[in-house]
Amino acid sequence: MSTHRIVTLKLVTIVAERILEDRLLRKIVELGAKGYTLTQAAGKGSRGVRASEWEGPDTKIETLVSEDVAQKIVDHVADTFFEHYAVIVYVQDAAVIRGDKYV
Amino acid sequence: MENLDVLAANLLSPVILAFALGVIASLVRSDLKLPSALYNGLSIYLLLAIGLKGGVELSRTPVAVFIGPALLTLFLGLITPIIAYNILRRLGRMDRVNSAAIAAHYGSVSAVTFIVAITFGTMTGRPPEGFMPALVAILEVPAIVVALMIAFMRDGRAGSWQDALHEVLSGRSVVLLVGGLVIGTLVGPEGFEPVAPFFKHGFQGALMLFLLEMGIVAASRLRDLKEVGFFLVAFGILVPILHGALTIWLAQFTGLSVPGAAVLAAMVSSASYIAAPAAVRIALPEANPTFYLTGALGITFPFNVTLGIPLYYAMAEWLIG
Repeated sequence: MSTHRIVTLKLVTIVAERILEDRLLRKIVELGAKGYTLTQAAGKGSRGVRASEWEGPDTKIETLVSEDVAQKIVDHVADTFFEHYAVIVYVQDAAVIRGDKYV
Repeated sequence: MENLDVLAANLLSPVILAFALGVIASLVRSDLKLPSALYNGLSIYLLLAIGLKGGVELSRTPVAVFIGPALLTLFLGLITPIIAYNILRRLGRMDRVNSAAIAAHYGSVSAVTFIVAITFGTMTGRPPEGFMPALVAILEVPAIVVALMIAFMRDGRAGSWQDALHEVLSGRSVVLLVGGLVIGTLVGPEGFEPVAPFFKHGFQGALMLFLLEMGIVAASRLRDLKEVGFFLVAFGILVPILHGALTIWLAQFTGLSVPGAAVLAAMVSSASYIAAPAAVRIALPEANPTFYLTGALGITFPFNVTLGIPLYYAMAEWLIG
């Protein structure tokens, strides 16, 4: 029986308008994310702007990455999208096993 | 007066009444809402159906008959965004980005308005030429490209025009319309026979359900009317009429029939609300979606399907008939 080492990585979550999904996914992979999980989300934010009727619900992207990559993703999302689009990003600590998978 | 009868006939058709029902449902804050999968399925069905039928007709239309209307449509697709842009900038004193964003919508086409226009013609015994769907395909893309070019010409913008262009060319409407046209042209009437019942029998029903959702959506946009201001409301009614009149006047030189000119007028006057919003959101994120979506959905679409289409038929009758 082997012991699985628990390491601490960062879980980055982005909730954004559906239209941004492709660009965001391409970018986080480019910045170092090894994978991601997508969820459909719906909600309301401080902008209160309904930018589309039929793009569908918002997208929620979660990815487990190292701290450097987390910082790069947060910076990119903030610099590129915060001004004009409805998007939020936040980072949490995640205790994971098989840490090498994600970095 | 015959035209009033015709107007009443349009307003009392099942399709328009379904739209009205959707508006009422939204106003009483009903929880009625078409599931998005159903809505998407219906739009795929409708777009493919009109593409296919248009392609089948195109396969038996001589080029000489088609080329005039096709070139006119292309011309109108290039010029109407410029007209709309200038009206918004000069008369409306709107900023460049919002003007370009709205112009992209009004230069392009609403496939649903087109379908309602054809249905109206067929119902009143004046069906247009069968190749009209091909004109929808021609009208869809150029206007969006022109409007985005106007916006990008001066300075780099915050959005990405490459992604926007990809969105426009690969969007569902274009793929299904153009794809349907190609398939319809290749298979011709005989090849289409086996699948024809599926695309013909369910069509009006699918359209009714679709318009029901459109009513709900349009009514929810009505609440934004205050925010967009009087100019845009007037714009959303008068500019379509202007574009429609221009179309009919030019159509007389292309050999289009009276119903053909009327349907083309309905197309040119309509405002896109699927293809254009997606492209504009990517390319011009600084533009306020409330302006362009409320214009296209809350003002122009309801106007066109209730009063506009009969008006264009009357104008075409008067000028060409």
